[in-house]
Amino acid sequence: MNAPIDKSLDQSQLDAWRDFAAGDWQTKVEVRDFIQANYTPYLGDDSFLAGPTERTTQLWTELSSLLKEERKRGVLEVSAQFGSTITAHNAGYINKNLETIVGLQTDAPLRRAIMPNGGLRMVQNGLTAYHFEMNPQIEEIYTKYRKDHNNAVFDAYTPEIMACRSSGVITGLPDSYGRGRIIGDYRRVALYGIDFLIADKKREKSELDDVAFTESVIRLREEMAEQIKALNELKVMAKKYGFDISRPAATAQEAVQWLYFGYLAAVKEQNGAAMSIGRISTFLDIYFERDIKEGRIDEAQAQEYIDHLVMKLRIVRFLRTPEYDDLFSGDPTWVTESIGGMGEDGRTLVTKSSFRVLNTLYNLGPAPEPNLTVLWSTSFPQGFKEFCAKVSIDTSAIQYENDDLMRPKWGDDYAIACCVSAMRVGKQMQFFGARVNLAKAMLYAINGGVDEKTGKLVAKGFEPIKGDVLEYDELMAKYDKMLDWLAKTYVTALNSIHYMHDKYAYERIEMALHDRDILRTMACGIAGLSVAADSLSAVKHAKVHIKRNDAGLAVDYVIDGEYPAYGNNDDRADDIAVWLSTAFMEKIKAQPVFYRDSMPTQSVLTITSNVVYGKKTGNTPDGRRSGAPFSPGANPMNGRDTNGFVAAGFSVSKIPYESALDGVSWTASMTPDALGHNAADRVKTLAASIDGLFGPHGEECSICESADKVDQKLAELEEGPDQLFHLNMNVLNKDTLMDAMEHPENYPQLTIRVSGYAVNFVKLTREQQLDVINRTFHARC
Amino acid sequence: MTPVELIEPPGKPLGEIVPAAFDADGKQFGYVHSIETGAAVDGPGMRFALFVSGCQFRCLYCHNPDTWKLHTGKPWTVDAIVAEIGKYASFLRVAGGLTISGGEPLMQAHFIGEIFRRAKQEMRLHTALDTQGFLAAHLPDAYFDNVDLVLLDIKQMNPEKYEALTGKPLQPTLDFAERLFKMGKKIWLRYVLVPGWSDDEVDVQKLADYLAQLNQAYPGVLERVEVLPFHKMGENKWAELGLKYELGDTKPPSTELTHRVREQFRAQGIFCC
Repeated sequence: MNAPIDKSLDQSQLDAWRDFAAGDWQTKVEVRDFIQANYTPYLGDDSFLAGPTERTTQLWTELSSLLKEERKRGVLEVSAQFGSTITAHNAGYINKNLETIVGLQTDAPLRRAIMPNGGLRMVQNGLTAYHFEMNPQIEEIYTKYRKDHNNAVFDAYTPEIMACRSSGVITGLPDSYGRGRIIGDYRRVALYGIDFLIADKKREKSELDDVAFTESVIRLREEMAEQIKALNELKVMAKKYGFDISRPAATAQEAVQWLYFGYLAAVKEQNGAAMSIGRISTFLDIYFERDIKEGRIDEAQAQEYIDHLVMKLRIVRFLRTPEYDDLFSGDPTWVTESIGGMGEDGRTLVTKSSFRVLNTLYNLGPAPEPNLTVLWSTSFPQGFKEFCAKVSIDTSAIQYENDDLMRPKWGDDYAIACCVSAMRVGKQMQFFGARVNLAKAMLYAINGGVDEKTGKLVAKGFEPIKGDVLEYDELMAKYDKMLDWLAKTYVTALNSIHYMHDKYAYERIEMALHDRDILRTMACGIAGLSVAADSLSAVKHAKVHIKRNDAGLAVDYVIDGEYPAYGNNDDRADDIAVWLSTAFMEKIKAQPVFYRDSMPTQSVLTITSNVVYGKKTGNTPDGRRSGAPFSPGANPMNGRDTNGFVAAGFSVSKIPYESALDGVSWTASMTPDALGHNAADRVKTLAASIDGLFGPHGEECSICESADKVDQKLAELEEGPDQLFHLNMNVLNKDTLMDAMEHPENYPQLTIRVSGYAVNFVKLTREQQLDVINRTFHARC
Repeated sequence: MTPVELIEPPGKPLGEIVPAAFDADGKQFGYVHSIETGAAVDGPGMRFALFVSGCQFRCLYCHNPDTWKLHTGKPWTVDAIVAEIGKYASFLRVAGGLTISGGEPLMQAHFIGEIFRRAKQEMRLHTALDTQGFLAAHLPDAYFDNVDLVLLDIKQMNPEKYEALTGKPLQPTLDFAERLFKMGKKIWLRYVLVPGWSDDEVDVQKLADYLAQLNQAYPGVLERVEVLPFHKMGENKWAELGLKYELGDTKPPSTELTHRVREQFRAQGIFCC
């Protein structure tokens, strides 16, 4: 086995691109072209995998004790003396003698940096919450000499946006924290080295020397200058660790190291809500394959590099505030790694390293980060399908997204940012837009824009419903108008946020690892889908009486009769959910201006904010009580999906991906014994179920006279069948979770999936823990 | 549709299959206890499980006593059930199939036979019948053409204990088992392990030997034996129905006991889980 970071071996003497198949990638920055020309699909099973090395086990043990201390204190340490940049901190190590992949955000593990560009207030509140002192100089700089993103956005906001923000009809906007959801193509650092990338950026910039200097050209030129500076700083940062990354990586260890340095620079400088790493395992596999063939490393060594990289990704930290934790609980960073998928040429992109990354959950035990996301295809090799299912059953730490749905849209080199947002790596970014509260908006429609909790007028110019019973047509007409108002206010807010974020907290290094000309999406979102759908279903199929308070405000509802609820594969309710998603997307698209000509998209995703959204929303016509949590993402309301796992999945599958290109999130929880009597059955059944849900299904004829007709019908379905987009899978016993609430010390690594990401269960607030426990568990009947 | 022709069982007729029922519109219907769209423990994969009502057995450990009486089920036409299954057909073809359980499904042999026929021939689903086989002697071999797998419950191998446990004789079930082996119809044998009632080593051995013999004569038919540890999840249903639950003090089998029983089957070269 190699020594850790063997510097005696002069790897710079090696030809970095030796034995690689030639292609366009050699002259242009084209990572996908490199991957396609060089990767080796793996069609086998998990039997080749190696366990942890002694070094890995020892390093993880040392890190675990730090993590334990951190859990106790909330925040272990803060580097509060200066704002972080790519080069601000000296080299830091967990244990230099054991680490084969190095680099920390600051000069010590779990010591959090401050990043005041996003907002001084966020830094201040974060420090105060965990009893650290603010350096007065920083305060002075950001009040006297420099403006931050947070202040800038509020300079532009309208009173209406402010009212929406404080009432919660729009919540979670990235106006006081980093927007994140941008994925630098960190692979470029390994494949090309920094000098190549700088030369390419200079070339791209020089193409803009002789064009008309419009505002957008000037902005872009300034940004590109910043990108080049950031690339130079990245070289300096790597030097502090003893590496010269001006040249390309020549070995597997270097490839992992170079790539990680690129990522590290991003998380040193940006406190983004989601800092995903992209789609790296199959790229790195090419280097592993070459080194193994050359006899440079063996399987144990390959696994060790991945284990050590993943350890680093597990300790990415940001200083955040308790309010932020209420929204996105458990200290998430969304270091999402997208695994697998299929190539456009029909070969699978699953490689041995796809297995190795998942294997870290065994070698290091389960963990929420990195957010391991399998880009599932029904065409996957069976060995990988079954390994994924096994990992889900054993760890509940991975999620699945439908590659067969995304590939036609985004090609075969996209990655997931955050939870469910697909973007072509290095060629696309998004303006993250949090989400609006569809359920609360319905209450505004009923009350003429007056907030049901505060009695304040939030949406001006609307008449309330005056009758004592909610009439479907009347409610729909008013709701439709209210949603128009909401879409307009929302997009105005997002335009302001992203204009200012570009100006005051620009992601220099992440954008340096993008092409110059990229697709930008304006990623809108909706929360409360199931509450709104069920409310409309109740009004349509039962009788809903309004109860008003002394001020005449509708504050409660009495349901007379029964109504079909979303989540039971019953079109009477599911069609309403489909309408909501489609209609709101249309209303967004109808807005006249999107900052930087971005393309509007939408997600049905809440992460853990479903709890906060619920808190801010009064009684709803579906019978939900004031303050009760919403269901997460596109999930049916807890306990209302009574027809089982498959029926619930079918309902969610009906939400058209076209109406929510930023993703539709479904979290399902099952008890192990509901998946089969023994381990082998469970693995097979889960893998087959994912295939069944991700493959085309839905309205097909139930009665066909012949087998041919079934085929014919299926062929017709190719037009646009239902397909599940996302499955966030937990295989757990409720008892385990309840025990973990009482004895958190026994479950330091208990990981569960919640709406697009994973968390340490013991790090959730008690409210969120209860919410998770109360969610529908599909158990054996 | 062709109605199933019942046959006269040899020897003493045992139990009766209810006649085919048709509603005012002439649509065939039957009684359904419940539907589960995500059942993974009733045959291979993730299945659509149809639980029909009606059973002549009164097993002491029954966890669905609310399925005993035929008419407590909800009437569903065959068309409606087939339409409901059809919603999931594309999923089920990939992930599992259809299982009809109960109650004792063969009590409504006409009703479920028609559902199996359409599930098999129109939707090409994998089909499984969960039965104790008591009434099977009434049915010709052709009846089972649309059934891919029989989940056969043999609750005890000792005839006296069998009758004490279920209220009915054992022999018809054994006759059916032998018939299935001869027909080459795939079997998953299910054995509910109840301490004090079905855990006797000799009884278990008798069953294991019996199966081993059949296995040798007709290899490849018996795919597995599932030893299902007794649980009391149905206890509250007995109380709700005003029935006395005799096994209130019976504990679920220990891991060691379950292991011992499984090993007894495995020792005979039978896959057992």
